[in-house]
Amino acid sequence: MPDQFLFAMEVILNGLMAGVLYALVALGFVLIYKASGIFNYAQGVMALFAALTLVGIMEGQVPFSHLINAIFGTEIHHFGWHVPALLAIAMTMVVMVGLAWAVQKFIFRHLVNQEPILLFMATIGLAFVMEGIGDIMWGAEIKKLDIGLPQGINDWIDVTTFEAFGYGFFIDNLDISATIVAIILVGALIAFSQYTKQGRALRAVADDHQAALSVGISLNFIWILVWSIAGFVALVAGIMWGAKSGVQFSLSLIALKALPVLMLGGFTSIPGAIVGGLIIGVGEKLFEFLIGPMVGGATENWFAYVLALIFLVFRPQGLFGEKIIERV
Amino acid sequence: MSGGNYKTEDGRQIGGTLMEMKNITLRFGGVVAISDISFDIHEGEIRAIIGPNGAGKSSMLNVISGFYHPQDGEVWFRGERRPTMKPYQVAKQGIARTFQNIALFNGMSVLDNVMTGRLTHMESGLFSQAIWRGKAEREEVENREAVEKIIDFLEIQAIRKTPVGRLPYGLKKRVELARALAAEPKLLLLDEPMAGMNVEEKEDMSRFILDVNDEFGTTIALIEHDMGVVMDLSDRVVVMDYGKKIGDGTPDEVRNNQEVIDAYLGVSHD
Repeated sequence: MPDQFLFAMEVILNGLMAGVLYALVALGFVLIYKASGIFNYAQGVMALFAALTLVGIMEGQVPFSHLINAIFGTEIHHFGWHVPALLAIAMTMVVMVGLAWAVQKFIFRHLVNQEPILLFMATIGLAFVMEGIGDIMWGAEIKKLDIGLPQGINDWIDVTTFEAFGYGFFIDNLDISATIVAIILVGALIAFSQYTKQGRALRAVADDHQAALSVGISLNFIWILVWSIAGFVALVAGIMWGAKSGVQFSLSLIALKALPVLMLGGFTSIPGAIVGGLIIGVGEKLFEFLIGPMVGGATENWFAYVLALIFLVFRPQGLFGEKIIERV
Repeated sequence: MSGGNYKTEDGRQIGGTLMEMKNITLRFGGVVAISDISFDIHEGEIRAIIGPNGAGKSSMLNVISGFYHPQDGEVWFRGERRPTMKPYQVAKQGIARTFQNIALFNGMSVLDNVMTGRLTHMESGLFSQAIWRGKAEREEVENREAVEKIIDFLEIQAIRKTPVGRLPYGLKKRVELARALAAEPKLLLLDEPMAGMNVEEKEDMSRFILDVNDEFGTTIALIEHDMGVVMDLSDRVVVMDYGKKIGDGTPDEVRNNQEVIDAYLGVSHD
């Protein structure tokens, strides 16, 4: 059945690209977890918040306009200008760095040496607070995010594959851009952590706090840096998901999809987050394609979690995670 | 014997006061770990702090390196009173240390570990690091050279690329020393550098400590249990017991101090 085979190929390709987006979200989790041992439940909301802020700045929306109007009885909503995409991204990044600073200053600085579960609870609180602030700042309606990335079917791939196999692959241009951006982002992150002073300091902090202090590393600075980088990753994820399905509350729920990705790849491994994302992406698309029709479809909703569950039983540290060895 | 410059038995010239601890008292709740201790460290000397278990030696080292903050007393460094500082600020002042229970970055290679010791010498900002141009690149090269020198000096070239987690204990101790040395510290603190080592490793480590002091002129303050080693290595010794200072002087002076002998050998209370 060559047709069936080609169709499966197309499914796998699309799965890989969906996986890239999962990996992007998972990456944010891994960065913070590695450096500070905090499982940041708010990573998904950070992506939503970043996307909301980006749209808001681009559209020249007045932040907190509803609140301002309600208090002062005014009717302002827009500044009346449009900010170019690149500038808006830079401005959003400034906001994310500010957020990182605030998170460190007002929350985690006061929770040093606390139980991991406490830190985790704090991030849940943070998620709700940020959701609320995002709503008040920019409004709750679904927004369209268009920073000029190409969208729709890639004609070249369609035509080429049609000529070669007699069957045109449907690949979305947006997925291709997301893949390219993700590759650049991961490359940059790895280069940063391997070859720069701050990257080395970051790895040092992730390894041993006490030793890091003794060589002159400020933990506070490193944690702000890590949260900023996680904010940047969240921004990229927010842009990609936002461009794909609009900026809306459900964006924060993609964080839940990152959980099985992390269980597969391991919570402490950047390559793990990527491979995990790809496996989940391909796995759920292929499963839906092959097994879906037999069980009435909609397998994409649960496939990832079942796969993660199986992994938890047989390899709890994930594919790339550090092996858990208890020494007695 | 304290204050002023002096010459050691082997003829090295010892400089003026580098660090002075004045009436340090450190309490943990109701427990007094250090009570009213004063001593000084001169430039270029090897200063030992000894005492039985629980005497407060490590606590004293932690006070010097900023991990603990004493309730009373003053810390003077290079002629200035030091305000309360975080450990990373102390490190930036030029005080490097090793730990009793080895605190290395286990996931990183030996080379990377030692490179972290150079962090206090890197000034290029986040941005130039991120784009990896100009100052950042130049600094990395300079620091690599400094680090290679230390790796040569401590004879750990063969394991440069090995992840530290895989090394045997004695080598880990040496890597930790290399990392501390990489900072080119004005004062080097060694917390039991020879704990848990066999005789051969102890001899190696002693040689390295003497060489470091000799070649780089680094001032060293060390804590050690092994009395023999301490007496051989150090120029002057502080003896602590139950958080109090019971002796201070050259190894010979300390060896003949009745209170010190009592503390170490026990004394009959009849």
